[in-house]
Amino acid sequence: MKRFGLISVPYLWLLALFLVPFLIVLKISLSDTALAIPPYTPTLDMSEGWAGFTAWLSELDMENFTWLTQDDLYWKAYLSSLKIATMSTILALLVGFPIAYGMSRAPDEWRPTLMMMIILPFWTSFLIRVYAWKAILSQEGLLNQLLMSIGIIGEPLTILNTNTAVYIGIVYTYLPFMVLPIYSALERLDESLLEAAEDLGCSRMTAFWLVTLPLAKQGIIAGSFLVFIPAMGEFVIPSLLGGSKTLMIGKVLWEEFFSNRDWPVASAVAIVLLLILIIPIVLFQRNEEKQREAGK
Amino acid sequence: MRRLSWFNTVSLTLGFAFLYIPMLILIVYSFNGGKLVTVWAGFSTKWYGELFRNEAFLDAAWVTLKVAVMSSTAATVLGTMAAYVMVRAGRFRGRTLFSGMIYAPLVMPEVITGLSLLLLFIAIGLDRGVLTIVLAHTTFSMCYVSVVVSSRLVTFDQSLEEAALDLGCTGFEAFRLVTLPIIAPAVISGWLLAFTLSLDDLVIASFTSGPSSTTLPIKIFSAVRLGVSPEINALSTIMITLVAVGVIGASLTSKRAIAKRAKDEQEAI
Repeated sequence: MKRFGLISVPYLWLLALFLVPFLIVLKISLSDTALAIPPYTPTLDMSEGWAGFTAWLSELDMENFTWLTQDDLYWKAYLSSLKIATMSTILALLVGFPIAYGMSRAPDEWRPTLMMMIILPFWTSFLIRVYAWKAILSQEGLLNQLLMSIGIIGEPLTILNTNTAVYIGIVYTYLPFMVLPIYSALERLDESLLEAAEDLGCSRMTAFWLVTLPLAKQGIIAGSFLVFIPAMGEFVIPSLLGGSKTLMIGKVLWEEFFSNRDWPVASAVAIVLLLILIIPIVLFQRNEEKQREAGK
Repeated sequence: MRRLSWFNTVSLTLGFAFLYIPMLILIVYSFNGGKLVTVWAGFSTKWYGELFRNEAFLDAAWVTLKVAVMSSTAATVLGTMAAYVMVRAGRFRGRTLFSGMIYAPLVMPEVITGLSLLLLFIAIGLDRGVLTIVLAHTTFSMCYVSVVVSSRLVTFDQSLEEAALDLGCTGFEAFRLVTLPIIAPAVISGWLLAFTLSLDDLVIASFTSGPSSTTLPIKIFSAVRLGVSPEINALSTIMITLVAVGVIGASLTSKRAIAKRAKDEQEAI
């Protein structure tokens, strides 16, 4: 009986505040837009009983999803989000791997400090870290001032309000997520393996490619998903650093809901985004399970 | 002793410069006297004064703090229960769904979580305000807490708990006297994580807050959307400093605790 109580409290909480809301989104995505409060029809009328329920059910349709395929805006936004998330993941890997590698090679007594320095930005406000780049990247910003004073460029570069700024923002804010899993994979690496490879005639470079990289593989995969998945639905970074031409689906959903007040279409956008994300999420879970089994 | 190769030294230096220089610039320019954020006009603390006279910011800070304390406390209780269920309850009907609901919010895009909770609150006729933000924050942060706590519970020696039960403890006493002290560090870090997540959240709070319950991130976002503001630089500096002191303090304390335990163990032998 006590066990039942222990299970049911968090269970019911999650059912009521995670699963049910999600089903509501699914339902509204199948409804029609209306100029009413709430701004969609049909609304379920419980007083009419079973007949009311079937009438309500028959009025639901896939219209909003058809609409998503017809208007260019939506599929362009999905594609552009995919592109931005993929590019940022690759960039974060290129920046993050050398850091993780350097940390794993550092003397033992430095490691806790280095580790703390990677985690510290993670605890500081995400919004503030994105905002910090606004003053750096703008036309009269510090980066342009620096580059012009050295004489590398004559005219200020336009970086803020472009996709480049979005890439920088994503790499910057999600870097700890890339570094930590790679570091934990590299830290476990048995150095005698590298020595053995060198004794057997590998150059340092070959040993890196044949020994270090394959052993860090799962860390790299985990880090990449941890950057890719949240980047795909990102809203804050494109709206603060991106321009009017930066299309990302998180931003489209936000505007559809808050500016256009089109709840059914916003819900349909959310459902499709989730369907796209299911593939990387499942792959990520598999990778985690593999790692857990390897750890045992 | 190992030494870093030049490649490692360069990549670490550049990497940490990339991570820290933007925040340092923000801090330096919060002491800028001029209104323009990118032109240095002498040292001044006037933006801090402006900030503390700005009622709207102070109100928002108070709302944010209230929400964070309430939601992280609720999330810690629920998350610890959920972790206990995941690790200890064995098989029960609906276990797969339960673990799915624990992990899904961790990877769910914030815009979707926010949208779905708002639609729920509207469907059941709950007015948006502090309560709805607390409910929303509790829901997503309890999942983080449960992941942190369950990773500690997995490595915990269950026979200790069984010994307590054999010696006549009730189940709850065994939990309070044996399990809780051992998993306490994980529970505390879970609470801190939930607290920071709540302080930080913009997207979910924007969906679930009402006109009278603006949180600090919502305020910051609307202030910086159009440009850079020196008041926000001052506010950011305060927040960065608080976090840095907290994180460095916590890591020093835990280091000392580990050293003390090692020493105690040695003396015991």
